Amino acid sequence: GGAHSQHAGRAIHARQRSPAQQTGFLFGRFLICQVGLLVLARESAKPAGRDVLQSIGLPKMAALEEGFTLSAVPLGVGPHGLLGVEQSDKADQFLVTDGGRTVILYKVSDQKPLGSWSVKQGQIITCPAVCNFQTGEYIVVHDNKVLRIWSNEDVNLDKVFKATLSAEIYRIHSIQGTEPLVLFKEGAVRGLEALLAEPQQKIETVISDEEVIKWTKIFMVFKHPVLIFITEKHGNYFAYIQKFNSHTLSKYMLLLGQEENSVIQSFTASVDRKFISLMSLSSDGCIYETLVPIHPSDPEKDQRVVRSLLLKTVVSGDTRNGVALTVLDQDHVAVLGPPLPSSKECISIWNTKFQTLQTSKELPQGTSGQLWYYGENLFVLHGKFLTVIPYKCEVSSLAGALGKLKHSQDPGTQTAPHFVNWETSRGYRLGSQNSEQSKRILRRRKTEVSVQNPASKELLSAIKKDSEKHIEVELCKFLAIKPTPDFNTIIGDIVSELLGRHKAEPSFYPRNSLMQLIQTHVLSHSLCPGLMEAALEKADVQMLQLCLQQFPDIPESVTCACLKIFLSISDGSLQEAEINMESVSDYSDSVQEEKMEEQTEVLHNGFNAEEENCDNCDRELNKKPQDAAEETTSCPVIPKRAALLNAILHSAYSEMFLLPHLKDIPAQHVTLFLQYLYFLYLKCSENATMTLPGLHPPTLNQIMDWICLLLDANFTVVVMIPEAKRLLLSLYKFVKSQICICSELNKIEVSFRELQKLNQEKNNRELYSIEVLELF
Amino acid sequence: MGEFKVHRVRFFNYIPSGIRCVAYNNQSNRLAVSRTDGTVEIYNLSANYFQEKFFPGHESRATEALCWAKGQRLFSAGLNGEIIEYDLQALNIKYAVDAFGGPIWSMAVSPHGSQLLVGCEDGSVKLFQITPDKIQFERNFDRQKSRILSLSWHPSGTHVAAGSIDYISVFDVKSGSAVHKMLVDRQYMGVSKRKCIIWGVAFLSDGTVISVDSAGKVQFWDSATGTLVKNHLIANADVQSIAVSDQEDSFVVGTAEGTVFHFQLVSVTSNSSEKQWVRTKPFQHHTHDVRTVAHSPTALISGGTDTHLVIRPLMEKVEVKNYDAALRKITFPHRRLISCSKKRQLLLFQFTHHLELWRLGSTVATGKNGDTLPLSRDADHLLHLKTKGPENIICSCISPCGSWIAYSTTSRFFLYRLNYEQDNISLQRVSKMPAFLRSALQILFSEDSTKLFVASNQGSLHVIRLLEGSFKHLHTFQPQSGTVESMCLLAVSPDGNWLASSGTSAGVHVYNIKHLKLHCTVPSYNFPVTALAIAPNTNNLVIAHSDQQVFEYSIPDKQYTEWSRTIQKQGFHYLWLQRDTPITHISFHPKRPMHILLHDAYMFCIIDKSLPLPNDKTLLYNPLPPTNESDVIRRRTAHAFKISKIYKPLLFMDLLDERTLVAVERPLDDIIAQLPPPIKKKKFGT
Repeated sequence: GGAHSQHAGRAIHARQRSPAQQTGFLFGRFLICQVGLLVLARESAKPAGRDVLQSIGLPKMAALEEGFTLSAVPLGVGPHGLLGVEQSDKADQFLVTDGGRTVILYKVSDQKPLGSWSVKQGQIITCPAVCNFQTGEYIVVHDNKVLRIWSNEDVNLDKVFKATLSAEIYRIHSIQGTEPLVLFKEGAVRGLEALLAEPQQKIETVISDEEVIKWTKIFMVFKHPVLIFITEKHGNYFAYIQKFNSHTLSKYMLLLGQEENSVIQSFTASVDRKFISLMSLSSDGCIYETLVPIHPSDPEKDQRVVRSLLLKTVVSGDTRNGVALTVLDQDHVAVLGPPLPSSKECISIWNTKFQTLQTSKELPQGTSGQLWYYGENLFVLHGKFLTVIPYKCEVSSLAGALGKLKHSQDPGTQTAPHFVNWETSRGYRLGSQNSEQSKRILRRRKTEVSVQNPASKELLSAIKKDSEKHIEVELCKFLAIKPTPDFNTIIGDIVSELLGRHKAEPSFYPRNSLMQLIQTHVLSHSLCPGLMEAALEKADVQMLQLCLQQFPDIPESVTCACLKIFLSISDGSLQEAEINMESVSDYSDSVQEEKMEEQTEVLHNGFNAEEENCDNCDRELNKKPQDAAEETTSCPVIPKRAALLNAILHSAYSEMFLLPHLKDIPAQHVTLFLQYLYFLYLKCSENATMTLPGLHPPTLNQIMDWICLLLDANFTVVVMIPEAKRLLLSLYKFVKSQICICSELNKIEVSFRELQKLNQEKNNRELYSIEVLELF
Repeated sequence: MGEFKVHRVRFFNYIPSGIRCVAYNNQSNRLAVSRTDGTVEIYNLSANYFQEKFFPGHESRATEALCWAKGQRLFSAGLNGEIIEYDLQALNIKYAVDAFGGPIWSMAVSPHGSQLLVGCEDGSVKLFQITPDKIQFERNFDRQKSRILSLSWHPSGTHVAAGSIDYISVFDVKSGSAVHKMLVDRQYMGVSKRKCIIWGVAFLSDGTVISVDSAGKVQFWDSATGTLVKNHLIANADVQSIAVSDQEDSFVVGTAEGTVFHFQLVSVTSNSSEKQWVRTKPFQHHTHDVRTVAHSPTALISGGTDTHLVIRPLMEKVEVKNYDAALRKITFPHRRLISCSKKRQLLLFQFTHHLELWRLGSTVATGKNGDTLPLSRDADHLLHLKTKGPENIICSCISPCGSWIAYSTTSRFFLYRLNYEQDNISLQRVSKMPAFLRSALQILFSEDSTKLFVASNQGSLHVIRLLEGSFKHLHTFQPQSGTVESMCLLAVSPDGNWLASSGTSAGVHVYNIKHLKLHCTVPSYNFPVTALAIAPNTNNLVIAHSDQQVFEYSIPDKQYTEWSRTIQKQGFHYLWLQRDTPITHISFHPKRPMHILLHDAYMFCIIDKSLPLPNDKTLLYNPLPPTNESDVIRRRTAHAFKISKIYKPLLFMDLLDERTLVAVERPLDDIIAQLPPPIKKKKFGT
């Protein structure tokens, strides 16, 4: 899907252009892009593309702020860096356990230590200090088996409570809402209280010989603690899930998939209701995800879980140490390590959903390959100092991304007018309205209007009950009256009244009256939004054509709906419709006075395609030369349909809004429309001025823009249709020749500039001369 | 009328420096312009855009910011980290204060004119108090991460917007702390650029901050919330400068592509009160980067690397069609950079840091109008004299006999003696210049090369007698009591008796050299003097002003001559008055006392006082030679102004002898050819 979303991006990008550029060249630019994609599209035939885009909600913007060091005291001088950073019972305070003998309590916002405790010389801390959230005391383990429990007031660790256990401890987990849990190196878990009650109790062995705990974490799931630990034995990894509400232990074997040889360097996990999502950073530099069920289907049996690739190559593959990862939230992970083999270590934030690197920060002094994340802070050992990097992930707003429109509405004034008076913007002038009056038009005051115009009142009441014929007569009467300044609002009211009745009784469709009203030239789509809707419903192409010609503000979705009807309606029903044919001239009499000598020559704009090496398509095209000739002369649609399509071509639109709707058009209709557009283009290029005959024909720009739009929207579909292949190939060939012309022109431009320079030098006489001057 | 051999010289390889900053002063309608060589020029927009003052540059003093304060005080700041105040009377630097923040990139004066803010390389924003005679450091604002490239005060003076790299900060002036930090998108046409430099910011009174940046964007920010309100992508290259009108209803930005865009606040619909900023007009008067723009009430002013100062009047603001309605493109300085030794046919060219001496060639051939004659000897480059030290040359002069060369920088005066032995020349510096001869604004030798006149920047005029290899101080004319205005222009009569001098605004003073006293003062005129000369024999002083008026004043009679009165009564031809470059040199024909020769950058004119004056109905400029029409018509249409526009841009023109002229041209193409290449725009294809 990634490649697809990229297509969309590129296609849209290619449509941004300066108006100064010539259409032909522009078209060329666009098609290069599309043709390039042909290959890509074939490679990944999975028709995704759009759902990736649709799944994008409001993107979050992750950001790393300026970091700061916690203290000037060097930490982690031992070979294993820090033992750990743990939360204390106060939000801003953290317990930092050094690899040697010291535990320090830091207040992060003040960047200073609040307390520091050390074990005696000869003793060594083996497990990071944690805070017992229920009592506010701190717990640390030294020499693997000795527990020390103390509080803030204690000064000397030697004198605080001590308990010596019978087995070696791997970690103590402490988390809000439960008592601390002790994980022994043999895999057994005990609550702290139970242990303290009987310190010398026997601790059972859970994991097998030579199996070593690699990593562990605790979660609260439904108010109960769930502990996970990962063990390794001979390159195999196992996950154990210990639940405390049911006292069950489940074991899973992690299947590494194809990356059998890789060594897992760092783990992190997050939890939702049913699964623990275990992420691992492997020695190949990729992040894999494993979903481990919390509630196993069959707890007795050994189960297997498979890991899948989540992010590719986030750190350089062959790094020995200094890599770590931690989950930040649902979509973000932080990765510590060098992004390239030669580069310095970095901390980077990746978005796992979009597979993108969000931000990154270099840590030039190196790290210990350890990373902790609590609240809004990331902790890393940068050089010899513990550094805190605040991390923020704010939901970015649309306003932030696109800019915000300011609504400077005075509280006193009325709300924005219901509809726009298109007269003022189009330069129409009705009667002798002055600015005061036109201001009034903008405010719609129905009551006033009806009071002022008895004729319209009469008409409105007629609409409510009378027959279509009678309404027509009333309407004629009304229209015969000299238009008043608020004429357009009254017309709007009449139309909405008519449509209201149509809605209530579907058989009532006052077509003639509506046509007459549209032809007053004062209506706009915003003035009567239901009108085109009704016409679309009735497939009334004549009315739609009229609306397309008259309304300046048709939404793209409606334009597209019209296009769909125009393309799908049968020839038979078209023959019956009365359609304005002024934009279509008889294309069959193609012999024109200014017709250029040779059509293919014109097609290539003077460039000889035979020299070019797009032989493949040439050959294919040349197979049926008669067909090609046929194609250029016969119009693929009947004249009435052509007139309707021309109305679409003439209508105003914004690409951004039109493109999504164009995607919904069925493939054969897209092909038909493309064939028609291509036919128009060929007709255009038949004469020197590049225009079509007729009273109000589509312009070359309009034709080109629509070809681009259609291909943009439906390229992946069109590419698959065999009937469209020849069309695409001829477009491709045309574009290729255009590119050649452009590059030739660029070459010529350089030569011309040189010539100009030479010419100037000639004109510029020497630096010094003596001349004769006579003044008269 | 006359036939001349013209030495057409194009080897003066002069390149004006690029324009770095412009600052418009609404109160005095003056424009300060700083160039990349450190020179600061003052243009008087009321006096037909005349460049009335200039402060010579200095190699280490790259000016990055320029602004006016308290009406008439001019400050600049630059990459040497100093803030400089200029003395606009004495035309020198009043003082320089180091801001101690590394190179200074931006500077802004508070709306009330009492405080000065500078943005430095180290990310600091420093506030200075402007005291009556100096500036005083007050405090620092919160230090930012990277250099502050642009600054703008809120019109109320309570907040300041500062553009840096990748973000804009809004400071509260009272506390000096950053209230908002607005991050600017680095994206450029979908490609992430390395950095986004905020080249300019403007703070409007409604709290909107407008920024222009290196990604080609003009962005509108709401400073109250710190959010982006609107974004205009206007260029494929950097947008480098912005200036807002005082009414805040229009602003102008300049891009690295040489385009200047005008934005205006216009109503959304014809009669609604809701207004929005709309890009209205693009102007392409530059080929290179527009480094700076200014917005006067009636015009958009822009300047940049291509060295042109462009003043584009806003036609809707101009009421009458006069000077102000025409587009101005000022390229060359309004002063002479060339002097000439008539006797030895030498030309002395003044550059920023060196002088060049050239000998003109000769020919023995003759020809008719328009012919190019074969040279019997080509022009020679005799001497290349480099200055010592980092200061730019202010002025230079070669004596009429060709034996002396004098030039001056801001702190030193140099005098050289030249000896000619056949083809060899030797140069000898005259040492031990007196202490008072430190800095000269103008240097002039007498016609017989025995006296040297030096206008110093304190308003005094020194007269020095030159002897073989040494000199003697004769006298110093002190400025009139109470004035310290510097004299910028000098003229000496060919007989050596009279010396005329003029400053930037007061009238022209005439001194008697024999008696060493002030002879008279020509009544002062509203417009500055652009050129002065005293005619031989009659001792008539001819004065050209920036409004294109020319006066003739008889020194012996102490009054305007009859011809001058006549032409004032009748008025100059309208086309003469509409010329847009000032007359920079006046000379006379030794044998034809009725002729005055003068030139500006685009024409050369001989005024024949014996002929009738043209009126507005006659053709002023008639380049075509008379055909076979009868003599009657010719005589009837002949008038006093004989104009030639063959040589342009004309930097210097003088009469070498009765039948020989020298014209120094500087074709614009030659200048453009030596500028760095502009941003290339592809004409075809993608």
